[in-house]
Amino acid sequence: MAQLIAKLFPSTVLRPMEIGADASILLAVLAVVYILTRYRKWGWLWREWITTVDHKKIGIMYLIAAIVMLFRGGVDALMLRTQLALPNGHFLGPEHYNEIFTTHGTIMVFFMAMPFIFALFNIAIPLMIGARDVAFPKLNAISFWLFAFAALLFNMSFVVGGSPNAGWTAYPPLTELHFNPGVGENYYLIALQITGIGSIATGINFLVTILRMRAKGMSLMKMPLFAWSALVTSSLVIFAFPALTIALALTMLDRLFGSTFFTIAHGGMPMMYVNLFWIWGHPEVYILALPAFGIFSEVVATFSRKRLFGYAAMVGSLVAITLLSYGVWVHHFFTMGAGAAVNAFFGISTMLIAIPTGVKIFNWIFTMWGGRIKTTVAMLWQLAFIPTFVVGGATGVMLAVVPGDYQFHNSYFLIAHFHNVLIGGVVFGLFSGLYYWWPKMFGYMLNERQGKWAFWFFVIGFWVTFFPQYLLGLKGMTRRIYTYPHGMGWTLLNLISTVGAYAMGIGFIILVYSVVYSWRHQERDLTGDPWDGRTLEWSLPSPAPEYNFAVLPEVTERDAWWEMKQAGKTGRIPAKDVHSIHMPRNTPMPFLLGLSFFVAGLGAVFSWWYVAVAGMMGVFIILVSGWFDYHDHHEIPAEEIRRNEAALGRLEG
Amino acid sequence: MAYHRYRWSRLLLPLTVVTTGLLASGCGKQFVVLDPQGPVARSELHLIETTAMAMGVVVLFVLVLFAVTVLKFRDRPGNRAPYIPNWSGSRRLEFVLFAIPVLIVVYIAVPTVQQTYALDRLPPTKHPLIIDVTSLDYKWLFQYPKQGVATVNYIDVPVGVPVLFELTANSPMNTFWIPQLGGMEYSMPGRVLPLYLQADKAGVYWGRSANFSGRGFVHMVFHVKAMPPAEFSRWAQGLRTTAPHMSMQDYRQLLAVGTAREESFSAYPAGTFPTATHGFTLKGGMYLEPN
Amino acid sequence: MTTRTNSLQEARLPLEFQESHETLSILGFWLFLASDVVLFSSLFAVYAVYQGRVAAGPTPLQLFSLGPVLTETILLLTSSFTCGLAIFMMRRGRTRPLVAWLVVTLLLGLGFVGMEVHEFVTDVAVWGTWHQSAFLSAFFTLVGTHGLHVSFGILWVAALVVQLLRYGLTPTTARKVYTFSLYWHFLDIIWVFIFTAVYLSGKIT
Repeated sequence: MAQLIAKLFPSTVLRPMEIGADASILLAVLAVVYILTRYRKWGWLWREWITTVDHKKIGIMYLIAAIVMLFRGGVDALMLRTQLALPNGHFLGPEHYNEIFTTHGTIMVFFMAMPFIFALFNIAIPLMIGARDVAFPKLNAISFWLFAFAALLFNMSFVVGGSPNAGWTAYPPLTELHFNPGVGENYYLIALQITGIGSIATGINFLVTILRMRAKGMSLMKMPLFAWSALVTSSLVIFAFPALTIALALTMLDRLFGSTFFTIAHGGMPMMYVNLFWIWGHPEVYILALPAFGIFSEVVATFSRKRLFGYAAMVGSLVAITLLSYGVWVHHFFTMGAGAAVNAFFGISTMLIAIPTGVKIFNWIFTMWGGRIKTTVAMLWQLAFIPTFVVGGATGVMLAVVPGDYQFHNSYFLIAHFHNVLIGGVVFGLFSGLYYWWPKMFGYMLNERQGKWAFWFFVIGFWVTFFPQYLLGLKGMTRRIYTYPHGMGWTLLNLISTVGAYAMGIGFIILVYSVVYSWRHQERDLTGDPWDGRTLEWSLPSPAPEYNFAVLPEVTERDAWWEMKQAGKTGRIPAKDVHSIHMPRNTPMPFLLGLSFFVAGLGAVFSWWYVAVAGMMGVFIILVSGWFDYHDHHEIPAEEIRRNEAALGRLEG
Repeated sequence: MAYHRYRWSRLLLPLTVVTTGLLASGCGKQFVVLDPQGPVARSELHLIETTAMAMGVVVLFVLVLFAVTVLKFRDRPGNRAPYIPNWSGSRRLEFVLFAIPVLIVVYIAVPTVQQTYALDRLPPTKHPLIIDVTSLDYKWLFQYPKQGVATVNYIDVPVGVPVLFELTANSPMNTFWIPQLGGMEYSMPGRVLPLYLQADKAGVYWGRSANFSGRGFVHMVFHVKAMPPAEFSRWAQGLRTTAPHMSMQDYRQLLAVGTAREESFSAYPAGTFPTATHGFTLKGGMYLEPN
Repeated sequence: MTTRTNSLQEARLPLEFQESHETLSILGFWLFLASDVVLFSSLFAVYAVYQGRVAAGPTPLQLFSLGPVLTETILLLTSSFTCGLAIFMMRRGRTRPLVAWLVVTLLLGLGFVGMEVHEFVTDVAVWGTWHQSAFLSAFFTLVGTHGLHVSFGILWVAALVVQLLRYGLTPTTARKVYTFSLYWHFLDIIWVFIFTAVYLSGKIT
């Protein structure tokens, strides 16, 4: 018993901060339970959300989870910056610091950016292409619950058993049992494995959806750019994630089952992990960035009130980036002795990515050229993105120059670069998409004035945080050091950087406040088309009904909805055109499957094999019983749809 | 667009000059990457400057184009700029926009390839000094096979002589980095990677690991003392006569997890560094024999 | 969302392609297989690099005995053939022979997995666990991953047999049989690669 307690609560989770977090999590859970019980909302939660297979609701759940994770990852970041604000800091000890930068990176990539992207895919893609749901609604829910339970599992490490502490890249041999006893790395390996399965399923789901379920007349070259970006992203997920699966699996086998993939004495090779990790890792960068590019392409056209410039070139550059992204992974380790020929090859292949990316930047600018630019908050994020991303891309090219990389590798120059592209590219894009599609999700607008405050705090904070880090890199400061001495010339720049980080934190708080405020006070969107949009999702009421389209649209042009508006074909739906619709039925199976994976994962983390086997048995039982479920659809009668559409004022007569 | 060109070029020149000036002067010695003290670091910096300038020009060009576009086409009452909602492409313009990044990439790629190959080779004229480097938890062990001496957490090197560092690890991965002498290379268990560096001026430079290796990673720092060759020979001779001998037990003590001060040894046990012909000859050390 | 296509031309499509919903599933399954190809490619790459890294453990030459592996190969290749026969019967709408051939496929698959388990157990008894060497780790992981896939296939086909007996041949059950056959042939192809890249090449070098 004492042994068990020592395993569950080692000294590393009995620090004041962790106990504080424990207590606040417990309080929050109790509060939620109280509210749900007090207002009799358990049934509502179960019926409307937990068992849902509706892509719009799944998207909203992804979004909520992503924002909660953004908060956790952001708090991690503030703790890191607080520790580094001054030399010889004592805010965090070395072990604590190592855990926090590990969870910061892991959470931001796997549990913030990925679900945020999947949230926007879920919310926008079926509506944009004129579909009633995704191709496999139940699988979609499974993906979500795998992610959600993996996120839960990973975050548990903070308070039970100990956090991983070998960086988000988790290179062996540092992650081998010998150097890293304890359960922290197990959490990392298993949680990522579970969410990875969900990601591959999402990739398959959206690829099939986009290839097969587009509205009549919407050829591939008439698709909105965001749909294109989802298409190439999905294919990247399908072909890149298995490499990560293997990298994680081999490390897990080494740690839990005594294999020797990465132990030198038995012929193992840590470089194998590094290669596998980055064969996934570099495409992953584009899995994050390309959807943001897609969002920007929609936003810039809408708010410039103009067609997208160079559509074919935009599609071509998306595809080119997708293909090139598989051929650049060695640039993450030029300094691991690959030799001049290999390094030169990968240096050049990396630079080549600048070409399609440059084309995209120019096309966005020329989309605005000759337009009428409305500086809404969604558009402001786009406007901040262009200069930020250009600088990030330029420093990326500097890192691709192999001899330059020998000096930049693992320094703060690198840190500044990838935050420059991942925040300036991805996060700005996600915020832009958030503001853009918010009315479509919830039926009300976000407050623009507050949004602008959040925007300025975040963007200025971003530059104040990360520009000094380029200089710190040139001054020789390396990543992942928990403290530094006086006299290196790093102090002032670090202090400035920390101030910037807090400004970003304030921006985030304003954003969250604005969401709550707008929910109470902001105007409802009754038109369904608050931005005078160009694509099909704006032809629907906000929020869209369960079946999305009462009558499936037909498309003749790009920017289908804009063209319909130009041609005056936006009239009401004739009642005779409305037929009954088959829709997927809600099911608890995805939730239970996620729960079983969680139990199995928890068992594996602590090597409680009975628990792990029980969890896997659960997985199999649920899967097999799913095979015998032949009643997963229900029919919405035409009369009900007519009533609903009439209530929305969209039915003729 | 033509009438903007004059304004751009006026803006471009001073900004480029300032940027280059900043990078070249290095704003003092603390910008170690910008303050090279050897040929390797110098040619790396040269390439960094070339790319930074090319990128600076690109960034400026895009920023100006962007700013002009946003200012000119803002949606405000009375804006008389042309509104062309259906303009969706132009072959000629798109070709130019494609050609610009292609040219820039070619401009950068050529010297990159040249330098990547050049820095991989030892300067042909002189015999290098060989230093065998082992990263340990959490200290650096340096062995001079020709001189027979060993040091911990510091090295002395002669000025003007290329140094071949042979890097390995008896611990998780680290990188070996002396910014003022040149870029880094990994030290990994089970492999020996070469890195050539050279100091041109006498002085003390700092080096450190840039790859996280666990709890004591922050202590993976060392000093490099560059001195005239004669003084270097005297130093090595001095160590041989005055410093203690490193026994097997001393070596094992170094392997134990913990930090160390700067130490010197007159000799070290054979087989503690893998050679090209023998691989790891020593069955010992916590990584090689995990159980 | 499911619409039954009625035009004469499309009615001649095989049963599993007649409902749009089922064709989506088939495309999705192809994409899953594509993803699985990358998974196995990664494992093959790991194995190729680790093949010679035997440390103190056995070499491939010492470890492999081709006799039983050949029997395993014949079992799996035959099962792929019987799986093809099952599809042949399905195309003719003959449920009972379809079920019969699926059962034969299942039994052959069971034989394969049984032999593989026996091979692994013997290997460990003679040479020790995969802790011995990176080569053994890579070998057991690659071949074991394939074996786990086959085992899952057995579970799947068993459930399919029950479904066919209960629900008969419908577009849905037909699609399930069809995707199972894709999966089974895929595993067969992977095995051919394992047989050549692992066992044969291990015996040659």
